[in-house]
Amino acid sequence: MSTRTPLAYSPKILELFKNPKNLGRMNDASVVSQAGSPACGDVITIYLKIDGDKIIDSSFESYGCAANIAAASILTEMIKGKTLKEAWDLTWEDVANELGGLPPIKYHCSILAVGGLKRAIRKYFEEIKREKPEWLPKDLSKEERQALEEEELIERMYKKYGVVT
Amino acid sequence: MVKISELLEQHGKPSREVYLDNENSGWVPPEVVEAMLPYFNQKGYGHPSITNLPGWEAYEVVESTLELVKKTLNIRSGELVLTHSGTEANNLAILGTALAANKGKRRKIVVSAIEHMSVLFPARTLEERGFKFVTVPVDKEGFVNPEILSMLVDNETLLVSIQMVNHEIGTIQDLKTLVKVVKDVDSEIIFHTDAVDAYGRLKIDVEDLGVDMLTLSSHKIHGPKGVGVLYVREGLKISPILYGALSTQKMWPGVENVPAIAGFGKAVELAFRDFEGNVEKMKNLRDMLIDGILETVPDTLLNGPRGEKRAPDNVNVSFLHVEGESITIELSLRGIYVSSGSACTSRVLEPSHVILAIGRKHEEAHGSILFKISRYNSREDIEYVLSQIPLAIERLREISPLAKQSKRSIDEKEVYA
Repeated sequence: MSTRTPLAYSPKILELFKNPKNLGRMNDASVVSQAGSPACGDVITIYLKIDGDKIIDSSFESYGCAANIAAASILTEMIKGKTLKEAWDLTWEDVANELGGLPPIKYHCSILAVGGLKRAIRKYFEEIKREKPEWLPKDLSKEERQALEEEELIERMYKKYGVVT
Repeated sequence: MVKISELLEQHGKPSREVYLDNENSGWVPPEVVEAMLPYFNQKGYGHPSITNLPGWEAYEVVESTLELVKKTLNIRSGELVLTHSGTEANNLAILGTALAANKGKRRKIVVSAIEHMSVLFPARTLEERGFKFVTVPVDKEGFVNPEILSMLVDNETLLVSIQMVNHEIGTIQDLKTLVKVVKDVDSEIIFHTDAVDAYGRLKIDVEDLGVDMLTLSSHKIHGPKGVGVLYVREGLKISPILYGALSTQKMWPGVENVPAIAGFGKAVELAFRDFEGNVEKMKNLRDMLIDGILETVPDTLLNGPRGEKRAPDNVNVSFLHVEGESITIELSLRGIYVSSGSACTSRVLEPSHVILAIGRKHEEAHGSILFKISRYNSREDIEYVLSQIPLAIERLREISPLAKQSKRSIDEKEVYA
């Protein structure tokens, strides 16, 4: 099969894979966003319920590997009760550390989860609140940019090989 | 730093285990292990080309294993080269042929699009050394079309390499016809076949097939890892690709892995003892597993052909809306050990080249699972697997947004960024 790398998952990842926290669609979410693409084999959906400037609840859905599921799950756990600003300041490294480390080839799982979160926060201010706090940068964050790059890469590959999506 | 021991603890040892990953690493039965043990420290622990008793004992087991393999392939002349893996034997076939061709006019190497990496990569590498690398496409079931193959070869073709049975989707090529169309274009084109997934499941007669080289691997037939074999037709000149102190093998340096060779010999003996019965058993289990999965799990696709043109031990299914690595872990927690063609462990966003070559989309390849059945599996094993797969896939589809999104209305989909 394809080129392979041994995956030294932390026990925390397996634990979250077995019993994911905050799993599932949230019907009364304030904002929903998605990052990744089915063709890449990675999709994370993040649901946020916001009250004032606080995230009072969060959940996720994930199409991906165990690291993908665990990263999305731990992220939703980390942001509950945080202000939007505090949640925005989280980095993919924070999520990877919380998981007890990620194998390097799985860094993108944590990047995608944080990219999805930042996309949700941006969408909340731009499309729902229609106001922009000072701390929210105009330019895309590192994680949003990388999520976009991954989505665009597969589009380009599909175009190259003539696959109809 | 992650400790694998802690991961194992979190995983736990399932009370019931079914091993269906014999493609990636063969399960070794006790008889084979027993056949190996004396050669570590009781007899034949010497070097097979040194003149002392333990050396001669080692030589004897090397020779008797090769004799047995020759019989099973109906080899009347020609040579068997022992290497330390199937990968090494494939590399020797491809690179050794290219080296021997030197600066001759034949510069074209033709391989099927679904070959194992140990054929594809060495062949592709030769592009950098002035060779032309051509892949033959396959159809939706993985078959090479003889007419297309005959159009791709010419009198500048050095080598054609097409496997007998595909390692992922179990397609059995009509190899005799493929060899014939190539030799009809030019009888001097060298034909190699990677038969590691055919040996022990199909009757192979090298004289009848007309191939020039053929690869076998010990661990694919429940032998230990560490032994590969390359058959080289009599009179065919290939060059060594590794250099060092030669022993009994003229083409492969380094001391032979004698205990593993003894184990391989035993594995060959076992595979050909009641050959027909073993094959029939595997076919029944294969069809039971395919039918059971397609009946009980919605949104699944069988990869590869059905019936007599599928290897008796191969089941490969794409489960849509879920990702393969997750499936392997979910099934592992339930004691069922399989592998996937997902890109998730390769990180080049490229899933299995075999599943893509038969025309599947990326998202279909990401959810592909290979179940490699063996004669050591029972009906009860397959019943257990069939009882767990619907539960495992259902749980992962619960986690995945795709299964639900494909059912939701377009209006609802628009809320997603």
